[in-house]
Amino acid sequence: MQFGSRRRKIINSAQTELYGHSVQFYGQPPLENISLTEFETFAVERLKLLKTVETLGVSFVKHSEQYSKKLESEFKNLNFPYRPETVSIEFEKRRKDHISHFILRLAYCQTEDLRRWFIQQEVDLFRYRFNDLPPKQKLEFLHRNNLQYDTISVEEKKALQDKLVNSSYAVSGITVEDQDFYKVPFQDALDLVRTRKVYLKAGYVYIPHQDIVTIVLNDFRTRLSKALALTARSLPAVHSDERLQPLLNHLSHAYVGQDYSIQKNVGKISLDQIDSLSGKSFPLCMRQLHQALRENHHLRHGGRMQYGLFLKGIGLSLEQALQFWRSEFIRGKVDADKFDKAYAYSIRHMFGKEGKRTDYTPYSCMKVILSNPPSQGDHHGCPFRHSDPELLKQKLQVYKVSPSGISQIEDSSFSLNHPNQYFVESQKVLGGGKDIKRETDPQQRSQENATTRASTAAQDTAAKDVAEMTEDLDSFFQDG
Amino acid sequence: MPSSDYDSASLPDLLPLYYRRLFPFSQYYRWLNYGGVQKNYFQNREFSFTLKDDIYVRYQSFTTQNELEKEMQKMNPYKIDIGAVYSHRPSQHNTVKSGTFQALEKELVFDIDMTDYDDVRSCCSAADICSKCWTLMTIAIRILDRALRDDFGFQHLLWVYSGRRGVHCWVCDEAARKLSVAARSAVAEYLSLVKGGEETMKKVSLSDPIHPFIRESLLVVEQYFPRYGLQEQDILGRKESVDKHLIKELDLPLTLPSNVRKDLQQDFQNERKPEVRWKLIRDHATKKKAAGKKGHHFDKEIMLQYCYPRLDVNVSKGVNHLLKTIHAFMTTTSLSSLLTRTCSSFNLDQDAFLFPSTLKNWIDLILFAFFFLIPVKTDGITFFSLICEELDRPRIGEEEEKAEDDKDKENEKDAAERRKIRDYKRTSLAKYVKCFDQFLDGIAQSRKGELLRKSDLQKDF
Repeated sequence: MQFGSRRRKIINSAQTELYGHSVQFYGQPPLENISLTEFETFAVERLKLLKTVETLGVSFVKHSEQYSKKLESEFKNLNFPYRPETVSIEFEKRRKDHISHFILRLAYCQTEDLRRWFIQQEVDLFRYRFNDLPPKQKLEFLHRNNLQYDTISVEEKKALQDKLVNSSYAVSGITVEDQDFYKVPFQDALDLVRTRKVYLKAGYVYIPHQDIVTIVLNDFRTRLSKALALTARSLPAVHSDERLQPLLNHLSHAYVGQDYSIQKNVGKISLDQIDSLSGKSFPLCMRQLHQALRENHHLRHGGRMQYGLFLKGIGLSLEQALQFWRSEFIRGKVDADKFDKAYAYSIRHMFGKEGKRTDYTPYSCMKVILSNPPSQGDHHGCPFRHSDPELLKQKLQVYKVSPSGISQIEDSSFSLNHPNQYFVESQKVLGGGKDIKRETDPQQRSQENATTRASTAAQDTAAKDVAEMTEDLDSFFQDG
Repeated sequence: MPSSDYDSASLPDLLPLYYRRLFPFSQYYRWLNYGGVQKNYFQNREFSFTLKDDIYVRYQSFTTQNELEKEMQKMNPYKIDIGAVYSHRPSQHNTVKSGTFQALEKELVFDIDMTDYDDVRSCCSAADICSKCWTLMTIAIRILDRALRDDFGFQHLLWVYSGRRGVHCWVCDEAARKLSVAARSAVAEYLSLVKGGEETMKKVSLSDPIHPFIRESLLVVEQYFPRYGLQEQDILGRKESVDKHLIKELDLPLTLPSNVRKDLQQDFQNERKPEVRWKLIRDHATKKKAAGKKGHHFDKEIMLQYCYPRLDVNVSKGVNHLLKTIHAFMTTTSLSSLLTRTCSSFNLDQDAFLFPSTLKNWIDLILFAFFFLIPVKTDGITFFSLICEELDRPRIGEEEEKAEDDKDKENEKDAAERRKIRDYKRTSLAKYVKCFDQFLDGIAQSRKGELLRKSDLQKDF
């Protein structure tokens, strides 16, 4: 199939059918041939788009004006479809959308983590685009994709009116009167059930027409999840094509940042250094965990995972880790025997020496913030997300963070998205630039001076980011 | 109640006895087989055993009830966990092509553990429980049972004492067993109201409109709060709080917004009675609501933070998560005294009675679990060996039974089975077997109804 000259001229009916709608479920894979260049470009650009979706989703309230504006401009920049216009105008973009999605499936189906990330961003992207559709097109979409549910009678609506109104902020008495309500099995509306934003009775949720998008999303998420599992099974065939394998590997690692999975400096840190390191170079979440461990001689599973993997990332060897946890737990209620039986296994598991032999990677900030929120008895999580603002402020004061007094430090503007990254950067600054290449002598002298100055204010470098975060935090919490 | 000499070493002797004469293998099989409708459902179920010296073995599976019986009688496990129904026999999982051995179905389970309430109970902590904080379990069971039935439409719930310091709920409906991981986690989150770790002080936040589920739950909590919260836990009283985060200023919980605390300070100085203090807080909330101000649910939030069920979402989420059904050990002095009370007298306040159709009060729940799930060892009283004593006590009418036995000498298997059934009935555990049987009957009825409906639709007559 040539795609050169026919572009704007002939679009056959099959394509109109496939790309007739600006939004799709990606049910059918693309069946054409494309060049390797296009393969790579499409994939990389979609990845950029998904990464933007992720970042915007954490920085802004989803679907707020700012969020929408920024996302829309990204669509424009990367040439993805964002308008429900006619096929002829948007054809190329929709084709790109279609193909790039399927390429990324190949790259992101391999592990649980990758899948979870991919599904989350694709769902958010889909939600944004679906919401943007005019009502008529929304209905059209539903019909095309066979999402049919029963509506409840007027009498039943009246009887349930109070309950319906009280179940959702967006549902008023008028909504109940004017709109159809659909009775949907709860398994098809998990996002609404999870957040308790809907009325649930005897296993069915009652959804007003205006909210049908969540059903669509649920369906999308389920389908994509199943599809990824299937894709994973056919991966060996794909990987046997040498042109594709390096590309796909690159895709699943690029733009997601370094994951600190390959341990450098193994064994360079000794256990006695940990206490002082925790004060100097650990991000707040890890410092908190370390302190809780020292105080209680114990950490629950969530804390052990988050902190244990971080320690692995900074260079602790398996033997050191075992010794570290063991000596601390023994001070508490656990005897050596019990430790060896119950806890040693999970530490070896963390290092990939047991079970599936997966070498777990240290958690990124995103993972810490978004998965496994802490509950009673837990100390893990992100203090900037999971702590009370009062307590957080207190803690920061104790750790001697001075938000104001920061001197003229080189703008080490790195965006923080991984606890181990914090550690590495902090150590670099503190280490007085032993790793920094020296070029000429006079420069060396001034560099040394700079680093001595920097090392005294080292705490402040880290603190500056923390301080900035605190300020952002204030406004964040004020918004509720 | 007579107390036997108790000796920890005697458990190895008692366990074989338990598995030979008391363990209800046929009911257990009947449960997990679910009528044999789905092929290999029992055969593909994973069990795991914890043996003497903490040896743990996974991926146990059995083809028949008999095999299960023989194996358990051979291994005498101290603890038994039930896992998922897999795509293949768990005992053969190593021979299956990697990636194709998968967990397919499992009951939806919930685990409520008393230690998750340590920040809000002052009577006990960690593994200790007493009749005061047991109320938390009562509240949890009532709220969750109602929600799982009324909101989610589930019908076959099995509530059991977990063996140490909490309760488990097994939801056995077909629809529940088929739920995906995402669905299980959604159900668990729907049921969660108390959120936050050690660093969070205020763990419950309500905003308008108040969802019907929360309303229903509050109705339950409000029934127990005056006695449990104000009197027994004395949350508004003049004493040091257990948890540093609920430190009070003048006995005002720090979860109250600071302006409310300021307003109430004066009144609290003059008024010492908890009931009156509580009324002050409630009235304040009503005033705020009437004035149309936001954040006027602080009274409800306090009640919920102290009483609302705290479940471990991770236990409910996994299809392949293994959950304990039998645990041979339970050692808490407080529970033993609880036991003494319950064994000696069944006279309980109507209020403490719990609920669902098969189990009438929380004592039933404990004893039922003991029978079905746990031979218990406690200080001074070996409940279990007591049951065994009851077994050996000669009974009236034993002559007749002996005659029957003789007649059936040819069919020994039957006789053994009947003897076993009689064994249960001799002990005070009889009525609990009955309870479980009723539960299993319920499931069977549903199944029949469903099959009839299906054959009607297909017009099979």
